[in-house]
Amino acid sequence: MWKLLQIELYKISKKPRTYIAFIAITAIVFVFQFAFKADGKAYLDFMAQDVTDSFVFDKSKAINGYFMCYIILNTLLVQVPILVALVAGDAVSGEANMGTLRLLLTKPVSRTQIILVKFIASFLFTVSLLVWMAVTALFLSMAIFGVDDMIIFRSKGDVSQILQITKDDVMWRYFAAFAYAAVALTVIASLALLLSVFAENSIGPIIATVCIVIVCTVISNINVPIIDKYAKPYLFTSYLVGWKGFFYINSTDDGETLKGTMENWPAVRNSLLNLLAYIAVFLSATIIAFRRKDILS
Amino acid sequence: MAEIVAVNHLSKQFNEVHAVNDLSFSVNEGDVYGFLGQNGAGKSTTIRMMLTLIRPTAGEIKFFGKELYANRNEILKKIGAIIERPDHYKYLSAYDNLSIFAKMSGIKVTRKLIMDQLDMVGLADRSNSKSKTFSQGMKQRLGIAIALIHNPSILILDEPTNGLDPQGIADMRNLIIKLKKEMGKTVIVSSHLLSEIELVANRMIIIHKGKKIAEGDVSEMLDPSNTVVLVETTDNTKATSLLSAMPGIHLTHTTDDRYIHISLDKNDIPQTVTQLTSAGVGILSLRPRHSLEEYFLSLTNNTTHVETFTNRTV
Repeated sequence: MWKLLQIELYKISKKPRTYIAFIAITAIVFVFQFAFKADGKAYLDFMAQDVTDSFVFDKSKAINGYFMCYIILNTLLVQVPILVALVAGDAVSGEANMGTLRLLLTKPVSRTQIILVKFIASFLFTVSLLVWMAVTALFLSMAIFGVDDMIIFRSKGDVSQILQITKDDVMWRYFAAFAYAAVALTVIASLALLLSVFAENSIGPIIATVCIVIVCTVISNINVPIIDKYAKPYLFTSYLVGWKGFFYINSTDDGETLKGTMENWPAVRNSLLNLLAYIAVFLSATIIAFRRKDILS
Repeated sequence: MAEIVAVNHLSKQFNEVHAVNDLSFSVNEGDVYGFLGQNGAGKSTTIRMMLTLIRPTAGEIKFFGKELYANRNEILKKIGAIIERPDHYKYLSAYDNLSIFAKMSGIKVTRKLIMDQLDMVGLADRSNSKSKTFSQGMKQRLGIAIALIHNPSILILDEPTNGLDPQGIADMRNLIIKLKKEMGKTVIVSSHLLSEIELVANRMIIIHKGKKIAEGDVSEMLDPSNTVVLVETTDNTKATSLLSAMPGIHLTHTTDDRYIHISLDKNDIPQTVTQLTSAGVGILSLRPRHSLEEYFLSLTNNTTHVETFTNRTV
């Protein structure tokens, strides 16, 4: 199994498309960092316009590395599923398209092993993307913008809030958020892998994955009671942004934030468990489908 | 020689289509076993079932006396295969491709082993070139190296000459002969060309629409007493009349305006020509064709097959 995984990782590392994701992330992060370095104060004024009467904070220190990373993740984690689908959606269908799938399956390796290895490789690719995001969006931003208390703008129903997290209480939240994001993106990878089994070229599963994510995300964002009750709990996209929960800090009645706390850990934990369940379902379906598949390519 | 492959009552149905229908055959150790049939006859489906790429609807496949699906990994370690096109990872070098498939075959991989194998197929000097830069012939040679790297007992080659130029076809033919004679391998090779099978195989099966039409020793199936000759004369009507009256000659085909198709012993051809010319019928051309070829072509052309051969089918 380990040898198979090494082979799979080697193949991924040699594919040019693998690096598209890293280049895209780097480009987006640099654009954000440049824009905020040049004109971040205007953004801050815009975001804080509803709360400046009730909340006083030092805007010069608000734009720091922690804040930057949060802004970037908010935007990027919506787009990263596309990048994950690029690799996971190609995992089986790319082999079928190239004609190597039939050669692969004449080797003394079980189909279940092949899928597990491709899943693990997709997971490791996802993790490496997130590590790269951490390096560029978090650590590079910390180097460029410095470190201070973290300000978060939040809309809760009709109410706008500003949360302030002290600088010594931030880093663990980022580690937890990145770990959560790894699980969330692995759901996308396992969905793309499942679709990849049914296709004989990479484009189909990649586009299908992106379409499913878009449709489900749109439904997840419709605030109508019937959808809240009957649709959202069953859509994996409802849980993708659960990482934000690590930054929603508890506060006292006076508005003072409590270090080391989370507003709703049970909700974050349940979201995480839901995502893990989705991974289990998609992966199991992939194994079953692949074991039954006649290789005609 | 011991029976090394046994296929019993194998069937595969895709929706309503019977791609392979109750097919049984056996291959002995050391055979070069030809798998002959026109395109769509079910050759590739059968071969893919023998490699576990397609799951049979019914029937049983045994290698070395063991059921294939129950002993899949153990059996596949002893099989090398080229299935239709010789495809590889285009973005990887010949060395990397060979190394990857060698590791997957479960053998200990060393640089020397890989380079020796590449050297054997004449690709040692291109070991670092990406396979997407290779010609079809080079890709086929790399495919052979991949099929042989783990020193399998059986090689299964599905249409290995497809897309090759005449030199490549000759090279492949020589390799198959070498694999049998020098390396003692058992080879199962499919083709839609009788001439290809005839040159390399010692036993063969003919399948048509998923069913076995014939199986046996190539030498027996290509018995010279079953030669068919296509005769073109200056007066086909008179020639037909004369030939039908000659002993030992059978008219086999009547739908061809240009040629008279006769079946006879190859040794009787000179005498037949003499008799025709003596009767004033000029011979424009004579095209000897073995009855098996005639038969096979009749399948391909969907015309009436040769009667003499049907008596010899299994």
